Amino acid sequence: MRKALLVLTVSIVAAQSGKYGVGRAPAPEEIKRLDLTVLPDGTGLPAGGGSAAEGKLVYERRCQRCHGAEAKGGDEVAMVGGQGTLPTPKPLKTVGSYWPHATTLFDYVRRAMPFKEPGILTADQVYAVTAYILQLNGIIKDGERMDAKSLPAVRMPNRDGFIPDSRPDTGPKAKR
Amino acid sequence: MNDRSDRRKFLQWGAGIGVAMTGCSKTEKTAAVEEEGPSQLGATIRAYGERSPHEKSARFLPDTKTPEAASSRTPLADSHGIITPNGLHFERHHSGVPTIDPAAHKLLIHGLVSNPLMLTMGELKRLPSVSRVHFIECAGNSRSEWGTKGAPDVRQSHGLASCSEWTGVLLSVLLAEAGVQAKAKWLIAEGDDPCHMQRSIPLSKALDDIIVAYGQNGESLRPEQGYPLRLVVPGYEGNINVKWLRRINVTDQPGMVKDETSKYTELLGDGKARIFTFEMDAKSVITYPSGGHQLEGKGFHQITGLAWSGRGRVETVEISTDGGKTWKKAELQEPRHRMAFTRFRLGWTWDGGEAVLVSRCTDETGYTQPTRDDLIAVRGKNSDYHCNATKPWMVSADGKVTNA
Repeated sequence: MRKALLVLTVSIVAAQSGKYGVGRAPAPEEIKRLDLTVLPDGTGLPAGGGSAAEGKLVYERRCQRCHGAEAKGGDEVAMVGGQGTLPTPKPLKTVGSYWPHATTLFDYVRRAMPFKEPGILTADQVYAVTAYILQLNGIIKDGERMDAKSLPAVRMPNRDGFIPDSRPDTGPKAKR
Repeated sequence: MNDRSDRRKFLQWGAGIGVAMTGCSKTEKTAAVEEEGPSQLGATIRAYGERSPHEKSARFLPDTKTPEAASSRTPLADSHGIITPNGLHFERHHSGVPTIDPAAHKLLIHGLVSNPLMLTMGELKRLPSVSRVHFIECAGNSRSEWGTKGAPDVRQSHGLASCSEWTGVLLSVLLAEAGVQAKAKWLIAEGDDPCHMQRSIPLSKALDDIIVAYGQNGESLRPEQGYPLRLVVPGYEGNINVKWLRRINVTDQPGMVKDETSKYTELLGDGKARIFTFEMDAKSVITYPSGGHQLEGKGFHQITGLAWSGRGRVETVEISTDGGKTWKKAELQEPRHRMAFTRFRLGWTWDGGEAVLVSRCTDETGYTQPTRDDLIAVRGKNSDYHCNATKPWMVSADGKVTNA
């Protein structure tokens, strides 16, 4: 009964705030339940943490079948190696060689992996498997623990590898 | 009734002559005319129509172990006009097509807004709506054309593009309802598919022309097009047109999510990569005659195809039948919508010799579609996405049309 009253009150607030007054104000818990966003500065990262050693066990059980031993690639993409290959005729774009932010790896694994059961991993497991991939790439040291504080502080090798859109790049109005 | 029985008599008479003169091939043809019996009633009315069983046009499906994370391609050579039939609109999914009950579906708008909003489908449909014609093109469309050996037909080379009339609420209306705060610069849109696909979009675009769409070509979205709700981001690469839309988070920075860093960025020759390359540049392709077609004979053929630009209207399309040495202006179908397919047509008399057909378009910004060599000269061969090169088709003396 108290819950129903609260919803009624906030919906009146929403109705008065917009031009059309359509829709209702969501309860903070509703937003929290749906809000999966993780930003590069670490905003949105959950509590918990994990190490590469713990992550290896998660990886072997949940990821290796598609991504291969030590994330070197299988049916699906490699996640290690390729550093130094980007300006060559055969670039290998991996987490280690290409991805600019470590937070992206946590976010993507949490929302989309494993492919057939996305969302099955706990926050600790996601942190751990993230640590394992970063450690395989030589980006963090053995035993370094990844959590809401340490993960956004990781400096990715290709952090400065991206430039803004420079089109149009052909014809008389080309920017270069 | 009299007319009909007279006709039947005539047909019988013709058949008789044919039997009598079997030595003559001309009359054999007459003999082949079969008698038309009394007409029978056709099919009854039905609740939802289907195309003729003679029509077999279909999307191209790749050979893949993961059809839930794959794309199908529109058979553009079979299209008439500018609208793609809903059943033939290209698909790209990342974790399969979800089954969503529209009565339970909601859109959440939150983040840097004064009044977070939760909207049901019914509430969205109460708001002022627009219907606009826009293409959607996957950034990976024509990826095959970076190589020396392009795709054999236009379905495979250009079929990750389709065009529909979309109906929905302008995102600017919803954002005004929610009250965007001064420090907001981006929003992150998220789908309700199993992987919760997401993309960051500049707030300026959201306040301009993005549609939160529930309608496609007069009916509700198809499940594979995001039913019951999707974003249509005019002119921007397909991936950003988030399907099964469930959440919009207004932020002061982009999420730097997987599909805007690891994917959908263009690696240049020096090892740097372009990021946030949203607009699909002006592009055109001849759909008839195109790869796989067989010209029936010398003489008149209508060359036709599609042109589009992510930066506005198509202004001109030129066609060459000699591989780009000389060009003629094609006729453009009106009205020409912004960020929409534009149908072009040009009459052509084929003399029976070899010909190389190619089209190039210019959009309202004055930008002209480049050649593959033009693009490779500035981007190298590893940029993967955003290939908008001109596409030549070779007509051989036997009338066969192949990838040139």
